[in-house]
Amino acid sequence: MTGAPLGDLALVVSAALFAIGVAGVLLRRNVIIVFMCVELMLNAVNLSFVAFSRTHGIDGQIVVLFVISVAAAEATVGLALILAIFRHYESVDLDLFRRLRW
Amino acid sequence: MILDFSSNTDYLVALLPEGLLALAAFGILLADVFQRGDRPEPSGAWTAYAAIAGTLIAAAANLWLLLEVDAGPGLVAVDGFRLAANFILLSGTLLALLFAIDYQRRESMHVGEFYALLLLATVGMMVLVAAQDLLLIFLGLELMSIAVYILTGFNRTDPRSAEAGLKYFLVGAFASAFLLYGIALLYGVTGNTNIADVVDRVVTGSAEGEVMLLAGVLLLLIGFAYKVAAVPFHMWAPDAYEGAPTSVTGYMAVGVKTAAFVALLRVFSVQLAPAADFWTGIVWWLAMLTMIVPNLVALVQNNVKRMLAYSSVAHAGYLLVGVAAGTAFGRAAALFYLAVYTLMTLGAFAILSLVAGKGDRHMNLADFRGLGWRRPALGFGLLIFLLSLAGFPPTGGFVAKLYILRAAIDAGEVTLAVTLVLASLLSYYYYLRVVWKMYFEEGADHDVASSNGSFRLGAALCAAGVLLLGLLPGPVLRGFEWAGSDIVGGAAATTAIEAPRPDAPANPSAGGPAP
Repeated sequence: MTGAPLGDLALVVSAALFAIGVAGVLLRRNVIIVFMCVELMLNAVNLSFVAFSRTHGIDGQIVVLFVISVAAAEATVGLALILAIFRHYESVDLDLFRRLRW
Repeated sequence: MILDFSSNTDYLVALLPEGLLALAAFGILLADVFQRGDRPEPSGAWTAYAAIAGTLIAAAANLWLLLEVDAGPGLVAVDGFRLAANFILLSGTLLALLFAIDYQRRESMHVGEFYALLLLATVGMMVLVAAQDLLLIFLGLELMSIAVYILTGFNRTDPRSAEAGLKYFLVGAFASAFLLYGIALLYGVTGNTNIADVVDRVVTGSAEGEVMLLAGVLLLLIGFAYKVAAVPFHMWAPDAYEGAPTSVTGYMAVGVKTAAFVALLRVFSVQLAPAADFWTGIVWWLAMLTMIVPNLVALVQNNVKRMLAYSSVAHAGYLLVGVAAGTAFGRAAALFYLAVYTLMTLGAFAILSLVAGKGDRHMNLADFRGLGWRRPALGFGLLIFLLSLAGFPPTGGFVAKLYILRAAIDAGEVTLAVTLVLASLLSYYYYLRVVWKMYFEEGADHDVASSNGSFRLGAALCAAGVLLLGLLPGPVLRGFEWAGSDIVGGAAATTAIEAPRPDAPANPSAGGPAP
């Protein structure tokens, strides 16, 4: 990067947030928390886009607006699916949802 | 008509099939809500017919684009590759609609949203195959995925369907985040999300931070690998395929895979071809693992739906060989394979859904005993689809595998070609096991429901298509060969490798050598 310390810092934070999100998805068993970790990953990427647009112009910030709206649509569908499965199991523990196994 | 994308209306023309299909979807959704009000009654049969009409109109618009329109570089490509892929996607949608009408009738969950969502998922797929910009790839992928998540969990009263929807959703969103991070890194390195510009930076070496570029390409590839269900990113596929309503399983196995593969071919084998050193090794291993692992797991499956799910993952491996080949013929072979795969997979899942009966209960191998004698037409149809999936002549599956093999050998990927043959031999066991049960064992005790006209039409079309592509592959293959080379950036990539030709047209006339 062409010497933008604040931008570089934001990139490091963004990578750390993304890693936390990945770890959360892989390690946590509560569906709601896993879902929040996916959202965390998307928002970490948003931070990257904003940081990059400090050097590359407005494009990155426009991408962020698209990503936010896609994430909102995804949240709607995701929460509806969690609700649908909660009606069957009365639980949000991923380990219980194992009807599909070989 | 020539589009130069100087005004926004050009995009309306270039995206005409997608726009018309989206209009049909919204029309169905709105009219259905107003007609039904809050009465808990099923939607009218017209919703399905409107969806079929919308698909046919979109196909007509696609044909018009193919014959009449030529376009310069823009956010969306108007090239033979995209339009050929659109035809595959639209015929897959049409057949899925025909099967869905019958399935909805038998499961008595006839609702208009189903058809609207199916069309919207198709719009997402078509955007995905048209995208020339990484952001548009992300948007198309999400439009497709979000609609398919809902379709997977559509049968809310069935815990398996809800579970499949949830698992697919979590893994899919996880994968999308990887893809998006890859896009962000590529944007960071090159300052642009347009693939062509990204490639320019790669070629001219003006990109600073090669590590970031490598990481970006890698993350992009991981995102795509999840979507096409390549091993080791396939864990979601068998669960999602098994739990989803069977009419949806066929559609998602076919549509999602076709769209993701076409986008993968466009991005990697054309646009990122100059950076091939970065990714061919990874694709090679993905292809290798995806051919071997699911074929081994499928051997021990007693549930036919799950067996077909693993088989569908294995077919992604054969297709990845076409990607690894990275040539224009590799693209043509992949398109041909996708066309055959669409017909045979939809047909197999449709017959499975009929045999499985209400609530998808009878899906074990034992339920297929004696099917060939009790229901000769049904059994014969399944026989054709299974032989084609396994790759026996004279079916389309055989010819498709042959072309993939030729592409691999032409490109010098002999190890992949040998693995493909061996993996196919392995797959004979589990496909033929079903055939054995159908014809050489005494009958199962449950009655198979009778089909209706739309099911018979769909199955007949699938079977006829599979046989036709097996017996007379020439004309279709020539069309796809043209499509595989008529791709934005494809000509530039070839001329860069061969001697530079100053008079080479950037985009050959789309009207000329139409199939």
